Amino acid sequence: MATTIDVPVPGNLVEPFLRSERIPHIWCPGCGIGTTVNCFARALLNTKKDLRKVAVVSGIGCTGRVAGYVKLDSFHTTHGRAIPFATGLKLSRPDIDVVVYSGDGDLFAIGGNHLIHAARRNINLKVICVNNLIYAMTGGQTGPATPEDAITATAPFGAYEPAFNMPQLVEAAGASYVARWTTYHVKQLERSMTEMLSHDGFSFIEVLSPCPTLYQRRNKMGDGLDAMKFYKEKSKVRHGAPTSEIGLTRDGEIVVGKFVDRQRPDYVELMRRQLREHLGERFINDGVPTCC
Amino acid sequence: MAKGVVTITVERCKGCGFCVEFCPTRVLALSSAFNSKGYHPPHVVAAEKCSGCDLCGMYCPDFAIYGARINGGARGDAHAE
Ligand SMILES: Cc1ncc(C[n+]2csc(CCOP(=O)(O)OP(=O)(O)O)c2C)c(N)n1
Ligand code: SF4
Repeated sequence: MATTIDVPVPGNLVEPFLRSERIPHIWCPGCGIGTTVNCFARALLNTKKDLRKVAVVSGIGCTGRVAGYVKLDSFHTTHGRAIPFATGLKLSRPDIDVVVYSGDGDLFAIGGNHLIHAARRNINLKVICVNNLIYAMTGGQTGPATPEDAITATAPFGAYEPAFNMPQLVEAAGASYVARWTTYHVKQLERSMTEMLSHDGFSFIEVLSPCPTLYQRRNKMGDGLDAMKFYKEKSKVRHGAPTSEIGLTRDGEIVVGKFVDRQRPDYVELMRRQLREHLGERFINDGVPTCC
Repeated sequence: MAKGVVTITVERCKGCGFCVEFCPTRVLALSSAFNSKGYHPPHVVAAEKCSGCDLCGMYCPDFAIYGARINGGARGDAHAE
């Protein structure tokens, strides 16, 4: 069935970024997480970064599995603790790019406090949040991103709590790069991830992604492909839209685009500046290149 | 002659249909055959139309398909707007 090829063609671009022996992965048919990984691999290729100097840190959840599938230095932390681990990594190895790849529950519920403080400090982390609107791995419970009226395992009559508007929250906390796309927008997501990887400071991309098994099914929204068509139909690109106006609803418009791109001094810069000022000649530790 | 060629790793496929839906030149269709896990992978129905844009490769959540330009051309710039 596979096409036979009689001309030499390059292989799949994503393959060198994968621990191929672990594929097929555990994600369900029609889950969007793998699609985001394609965009991420291409973004890394675009930046031509030395892959020995890129690390991926995940929390727990379906999205957290990304750390186990990418062939980069990676760490699968405990639930909610991707950002504190990544912060420590970045502080001890400022020379490497630290990417946090995790789910909406991991980053905004149990890990919410870490997230806002990393944004406040403008620590140079690149955060990719795959938002499937629920806690997927544990069975589809209501989470902080679940839109009102959505049916979940813990909200059989529909969620009644207001959800976080992620871009607004991280912008208010101090993030210096904020964008939102869906898994339908693969080209735009690749571009945005490329831009984020070259941005200095706390950067955040929300990617709306189908969870056919637990979110779409309970809400009678079809399968993964139906979710993709839904994103296509409902999305509006509005770069620079005020983040206060772009909260997600169950069935309404999905505003996508880049909302924030600003420069603020980052944590390491501020720390060094102060130490240099106070210690003068005695301050010698400019970056800490350790080991190998 | 086609400008591109698409390669499918049948055993990785979970039959989501993203590649079939989003191929801009409609090169693919889901096959009626099964892979060993019981999914229907895509097959090529219009090989001559493949531009090698690799949009199938970008969409495929299972890393099971990719397109490439024949004769080492640059990666495609097909767009999903
Ligand atoms: C300390 C702790 N509390 C709770 C859990 C159970 N748990 C595992 S994954 C998860 C939620 C994952 O949701 P999300 O971060 O949105 O990722 P998704 O699975 O949706 O990709 C929870 C609550 C845990 N593993 N550890
Ligand atoms: S449960 Fe949902 S998020 Fe998890 S792998 Fe399946 S489709 Fe993806």
